[in-house]
Amino acid sequence: MKTLLLAAGLTAMTTLAHAQDKPVLTVYTYDSFVTDWGPGPAIEKAFETTCDCDLQLVAAGDGASLLSRIQLEGARSDADIVLGLDTNLTARAKATGLFATLSTSPNGLDLPVEWNDDTFAPYDWGYFAFIYDNTKLEKVPGSFQELIDSHKNLKIIIQDPRSSTPGLGLLMWVKTAYPNTADQIWKALAPRILTVTKGWSEAYGMFLEGEADMVLSYTTSPAYHIIAEEDATKSAASFSEGHYLQIEVAGKLKSADQPELADKFLDFMTSNEFQSIIPTTNWMYPAKFPQEGLPKGFETLITPVDSLIASAKDAEKIRDTALSEWLTALSQ
Amino acid sequence: MTQYQKPTTLFEILMGGTVLAFLLLLTVGTVIAVGTATSFQQGLNPSDWAAIRFTILQALTSATLSIMIAIPTARALARQQFRGRQIMISLLGAPFILPAIVAVLGIIAVWGRSGLISDGLKALGTEPLNIYGFTGIILAHIFFNLPLATRLILQGWLAIPSEHFRLAAQLGFSTSEINRRLERPMLLSIIPGAFLLIFLLCITSFAVALALGGGPRATTVELAIYQAIRFDFDLSKAATLAIIQFGICTLIALVALKIARPMDFTISLDQPAKRWDGHERHTRTFDKVLLLLVAFFLFAPLISILLKGLQPLLSLPTQVWPALWKSVSIAIPAAVITTTSATALAALIASLSKHTATAVESVGFLTLAASPFVIGTGLFILLNPYFNPFALALPLTITVNVIMSLPFALRIILPAIIRNQNDYGRLGASLGMTGITFFRLAIWPRIKRALGFATGLSAALSMGDLGVVTLFAPPDFATLPLTMYRLMAAYQMDAAAGTALLLVATSLALFWIFDRGGRSDHFI
Repeated sequence: MKTLLLAAGLTAMTTLAHAQDKPVLTVYTYDSFVTDWGPGPAIEKAFETTCDCDLQLVAAGDGASLLSRIQLEGARSDADIVLGLDTNLTARAKATGLFATLSTSPNGLDLPVEWNDDTFAPYDWGYFAFIYDNTKLEKVPGSFQELIDSHKNLKIIIQDPRSSTPGLGLLMWVKTAYPNTADQIWKALAPRILTVTKGWSEAYGMFLEGEADMVLSYTTSPAYHIIAEEDATKSAASFSEGHYLQIEVAGKLKSADQPELADKFLDFMTSNEFQSIIPTTNWMYPAKFPQEGLPKGFETLITPVDSLIASAKDAEKIRDTALSEWLTALSQ
Repeated sequence: MTQYQKPTTLFEILMGGTVLAFLLLLTVGTVIAVGTATSFQQGLNPSDWAAIRFTILQALTSATLSIMIAIPTARALARQQFRGRQIMISLLGAPFILPAIVAVLGIIAVWGRSGLISDGLKALGTEPLNIYGFTGIILAHIFFNLPLATRLILQGWLAIPSEHFRLAAQLGFSTSEINRRLERPMLLSIIPGAFLLIFLLCITSFAVALALGGGPRATTVELAIYQAIRFDFDLSKAATLAIIQFGICTLIALVALKIARPMDFTISLDQPAKRWDGHERHTRTFDKVLLLLVAFFLFAPLISILLKGLQPLLSLPTQVWPALWKSVSIAIPAAVITTTSATALAALIASLSKHTATAVESVGFLTLAASPFVIGTGLFILLNPYFNPFALALPLTITVNVIMSLPFALRIILPAIIRNQNDYGRLGASLGMTGITFFRLAIWPRIKRALGFATGLSAALSMGDLGVVTLFAPPDFATLPLTMYRLMAAYQMDAAAGTALLLVATSLALFWIFDRGGRSDHFI
């Protein structure tokens, strides 16, 4: 009885303590989302005016390391929401049992594919593509096959699938385009690959220095150069096999101590306010196009004929095989 | 001359022991934390073994070549006087402290397919250079480590009493006789430690090795650890790999410290070294050509970083300035604590018998072989249940920076302390001089050059460190390197180049202030 009273008293005290401050919604996300150059600050401002709460965006690593972080913290995590996983990781994320199902499923989405995930809601998407300088590269390869057959001095820089999200994206791209011959494609591609970097920044930086003719990035990358720098020299090469689709998602943790606020945020995620911030801060397509349309400059981007994507389940299944094929082909 | 064995005082045991305990906690302790966090999943596969072999091979090659070039370079710097010598010695600190990504961009600006040399070759109608592969890795590692090796060996040269050189000149020694009588014994005492240091630095290389290594052939153990933690979430495998890394470290450390011979020069009057040798025409020509080549190799990438960053430096985003302040306020305390801890540990080592001393000294090197990811993850596992990790961001960043720069500080300070003890320990003891008096009169003046160098290096290292503790960084905790990476991730490569220049300049300034302070009344 005594313990019960004590517990009741403590609960009352904590409730009181919380009531004095605004409730805090903690969102774990990747670094570039949080920074002043990313969508974070604008989204925080927009959400806080509607929720009467304190939205805390915490940089907790990118892609796979975001998931590792949550696994490390387990049920003890302070996070209510994890924002920034993609469909290559959602099956693994679900398997941890740490994520709750969505209370409402998002509708009216502008994704190139149908969305029916009960745990994760998308907020933006993009296609992986090879970016080149259109003032320098004359014969632009139009497929992996053409890339393989191109001039021996044509070099590309890619990212390592073990340490980088685009790197993993390319792995899945090749595997979904050539499910049975991916290993041969990689072997044939090897002479075109100048080097493999740890992350996107190294690769893109080296490309801008003129080290390679093409770099793995997104079809939306030229939009940055066009809109922010008024530089139209960067283009994405359109590949006839289709382009692999990355859909970035957020999900609510079972251990969330602000479950209702978390639901509210996930709803807000597909609102016009949130979505209109995405294109020119995250440089991706918003999951639901803003009412005023996409920013000027986006209309110049290539639109792949085919969207390639492995379902969350398949992605998890083929990942290890694809990785070992990649390692074997490029280690020779 | 036999060595003077001083009895170990309680103070030394307490101070040195505390440092030692911290070292073990953060290296071995974090590995245990990581290894026991989850149940065992999978063992090492063939590609992990390939990574281990590759790591050892590239580290041995990098360390050997760095030392082989550093020896004549340090000799040339020690025996030749020329304008710009001071500046060259000071700038030697620069490549070593560059963040990986900046160094890679600097190196390819010179050696890359579109770099300076390739442009020249293309103008002559030949194929551009392609350094990607083993060559690229070795090139980068020499770029990083040659300056450090040169500085360490130069310290050794300056430690040869100037009286010896004077006597040698009076006896009419030739350059090669001086080499045999004076320089070789000194090198035998310095080289093993310097080799070990560079070998270990190359062991944990990851981003640089991968970017210039041309592909997954260049997978190091560090990358395998990163993959195990980040990609597979296989913590027990990460711990296994970390233990292997420690094993390699311990093995090489024991061999190197066993080979190392203590310097056996007689006591001197601490006069600035004046050199009478090295004036033969061919020697001078050789030294000058060598120094020019080394200067080009080390400074051309730095100049490219300077040129790229100069314009954007004038219009940096405002977020950069608080980050600069944050980094400086981490670097200075970290550097001071590092030097204090290294001195405490060095004093303990100097008072121990040879075997125990070697063992303790090896622990001092252990952090170099420690994977930053394992330390970060291990600390997180240890602290997260009890503390809010964000509240500890600052003290943890400082602690980890101290631990990471301690091996360098120890390498620099230990020889100075041992030499001083051999020279003055007996005299001090016979005069009954102890404690503070002995420190002030006999130790301080003769180790302060080493202390200055060590503090400067630690400060610069802490500035450039991206932080093992990114796991602990709260939203508003932005250091200068972190801000630079964030700018890059936001496509802002120019602003990032400006930030990189600011980072290098500040690191160098800190290094210079402390290093200069340490040799204020010396003439090196």
